[in-house]
Amino acid sequence: MNNAVVPQRENYLNASYGLKSWLLTKDHKRIALLYLFTITLFFALGGVFATLIRVELLSPNGHLMSSDTYNKMFTMHGVVMIFFFLIPSIPAVIGNFVLPMMIGARDLAFPRINLLSWYLLVIGGALAIFAMVSGGVDTGWTFYTPYSTSYSNTWVIATALGIFVAGFSSILTGLNFIVTVHRMRAPGMTWFRMPLFVWAHYATSVIQVLGTPVLAVTLVLVFCERVFHIGLFDPALGGDPVLFQHLFWFYSHPAVYIMVLPAMGVLSELVSTFSRKPVFGYKIVAFSSVAIAVLGFLVWGHHLFVSGQSLYAGMVFSFLSFFVAIPSAIKVFNWTATLYKGSISYATPMLYAFGFIGLFTIGGLTGLFVASLGIDVHVTDTYFVVAHFHYIMVGGAIMAYLGALHFWWPKMTGRMYPEAWARLSALIIFLGFNLTFFPQFILGYLGMPRRYHTYPDEFQVLHVLSTAGASVLAVGYLLPLIYFAWSLRYGAVAGANPWGATGLEWQTASPPPVHNFDQIPVVDYEAYDYSRVVGEEIAVG
Amino acid sequence: MGLRLFPVQASTISVETDHLLYFLLAVAAFFSLLIFAAIFYFAIRYRRRSERDLPHAVHGGMALEILWTVIPLGLTMVMFGWGASIFFKESRPPDNSMQIYVVAKQWMWKLQHMEGQREINELHVPLGRPIRLTMTSEDVIHSFYVPAFRVKQDVVPGRYSTIWFEPTKAGRYHLFCAEYCGTNHSRMGGWVDVMEPQDYQAWLNGGAAMGSLAAGGQKLFESLACGNCHKPDGSGRCPSLVGLYGRTVQLASGGIVQADEAYIRESILNPQAKIVAGFQPLMPTFQGLVTEEGVLELIEYIKSLSPASGTQVGGNGLMPEPNTLKNSSQETPAPIERPGNR
Repeated sequence: MNNAVVPQRENYLNASYGLKSWLLTKDHKRIALLYLFTITLFFALGGVFATLIRVELLSPNGHLMSSDTYNKMFTMHGVVMIFFFLIPSIPAVIGNFVLPMMIGARDLAFPRINLLSWYLLVIGGALAIFAMVSGGVDTGWTFYTPYSTSYSNTWVIATALGIFVAGFSSILTGLNFIVTVHRMRAPGMTWFRMPLFVWAHYATSVIQVLGTPVLAVTLVLVFCERVFHIGLFDPALGGDPVLFQHLFWFYSHPAVYIMVLPAMGVLSELVSTFSRKPVFGYKIVAFSSVAIAVLGFLVWGHHLFVSGQSLYAGMVFSFLSFFVAIPSAIKVFNWTATLYKGSISYATPMLYAFGFIGLFTIGGLTGLFVASLGIDVHVTDTYFVVAHFHYIMVGGAIMAYLGALHFWWPKMTGRMYPEAWARLSALIIFLGFNLTFFPQFILGYLGMPRRYHTYPDEFQVLHVLSTAGASVLAVGYLLPLIYFAWSLRYGAVAGANPWGATGLEWQTASPPPVHNFDQIPVVDYEAYDYSRVVGEEIAVG
Repeated sequence: MGLRLFPVQASTISVETDHLLYFLLAVAAFFSLLIFAAIFYFAIRYRRRSERDLPHAVHGGMALEILWTVIPLGLTMVMFGWGASIFFKESRPPDNSMQIYVVAKQWMWKLQHMEGQREINELHVPLGRPIRLTMTSEDVIHSFYVPAFRVKQDVVPGRYSTIWFEPTKAGRYHLFCAEYCGTNHSRMGGWVDVMEPQDYQAWLNGGAAMGSLAAGGQKLFESLACGNCHKPDGSGRCPSLVGLYGRTVQLASGGIVQADEAYIRESILNPQAKIVAGFQPLMPTFQGLVTEEGVLELIEYIKSLSPASGTQVGGNGLMPEPNTLKNSSQETPAPIERPGNR
């Protein structure tokens, strides 16, 4: 950060210096940046694994690495991306930074716990990385028993312990958000005046607090069976392997919503800001987040349609899974309706929002395919499922995360990123993503199983296309890394509210002062009231 | 091999599955295009012309909200019902299905025909007959998957799972393991050979002259001295097994249980789990002494112990065992004898 160029008032970045001032900070904004730095490293690591997977799959017979190594690659790709990147991504970075400001608070309710949750993620991540460099783990991120408990000769316990510890990071962040939203709102900031980003994070936090402990319990049970041979999941010891799947998915399906609900919250902010209209159907969108959080806990059995659960259990879970699709569809329709007669800007965050809506629509609609029993029997455990969840998690969650980073970058750093480069990279990511994952839908329906190191020759053309797409995607992800770093020094100085946005975080300086607001705002207006900001923003920006 | 974009249809279910797929694709295409078109149109039509634009705020419309809740809900309920009806059919093997046993292990498929033929990673089946597979695993979870048939079922250690299909097209189709099972998961595959019935018969006849599964089970039964206690006339220390299969059994604990494959398997490997009323828990476990394949042979032998004895392998009301392609490829199912109804 070059403070010489621009004379700056005191803000959270220049208020104190030195490593200690960062590692012991209780400022939610600094902690958000600690998270940003940490998960960017994990994203790069997960990306390296993905690259190696895609390169290996260029050839049907796998010439680059052994099957054992390949199995470790997809396992570690999944573990890193899900537990150490996607789950903390939007809540811990963006949510941490803007959520308190959005409701007019000076910090989260428990600043020390907030710092603790970052340390837990780092400790959990260090354990997982220790497992990886010691030899890796090959169970798949799903740790299915009895393979994980009785058969795998890899670092299952160290990895599970890392996830266990990181889980507490997630629980504490959720807890912090819930209490903050209940107790720290500024005067006049009623529940229905909160930005939809806050609603989405509130719903996410409920899942984190209620779901993650079940994952922790499940991992402890895996530990007990693997280390003490207590028969829980392995039939040879008297256990039931399908019980593990029920426990695992009871957390891991809601975990999908931990990843995608915050993304939906971001979308509401972006679509509204860049079309200068209140989100169409504010309350419907707010409650749909809550509905997703609740219904998300009732659909885990759709991962078990062919696992041997009863016929009628399968039918009930299929039925409920279609219900969880409805609130997601409602959100997409409402965002689209928000654009109608708006004033639509093509700024980079909005390009990501457009990309999100397109990819999430495809990801969501293909979710109906896998919720439908007759189709799922054929496509489950194939590349169809791989494509489906990458459309949701990469096409959805990561597009929204990048959109959010661009949107709040000026607030976080006080600098603008280079707009032309940013638009270009958004376009590259969109095209690269589709080229990578669309062929995988076709591969899946053809019957290509997932987690295959080698495959029949007839699938090669589609795999080569997918790998080509992944190379494009990699370029798209590298560009922001470069220009964001560049902008810290050379980016144009950003005003308090460069986008003409309505959130309270835009009513304080960029970067914000240590305690966010010189004066706690009093809110006597609804969310997304653009008549208050249009005009004012011209002067500042 | 050229670029193929759609899998072969080689079973009755594959056609039905694909019809549902076409419906889903049509709905997905319609809504994707609707959303994409709306976004493109709005983005261009309402692009920002001045930094001072302040569009009129619209807060929502209940009629629209209801419309786009109810229509997707209706459509998804059609998807649910349609998909569930296919699944229901997939879960119920027809009564005249031909039985084949599957034992999976890291990393191979072992397949046993009733007539005694054993195969590894290659399954021969006749065209036009429903085939029912009863499957178990010796180690971890595997999944039996034949894309051309659109069927898949996890093969779980410690229990039997079933899958059925009726091939409609002769040919050679991929068999995959679809549940990740360790190092050579991607190589745990093979082929399903669907043959014309007469070719299948020729293949059966050409196989090595092994006894039927039930005969193998009988040998095992004798070598393990099971008959010392399980006397056919019921005078032994343990219950008679004649006519057991398919019957309901009264347990010492007070419950009753249907004597199906899973019950017999459990009674061999974990005899203390369910004690028959009127008997002492004397039987030792045969865990480790009998392989999964041996258990299957024993089950087939016990099934064959119908009270009328000797002539015909028995079945039960629920899942009659079609045995017997022995007498040529004729389609008339073997006469089914019901076990004694005690």
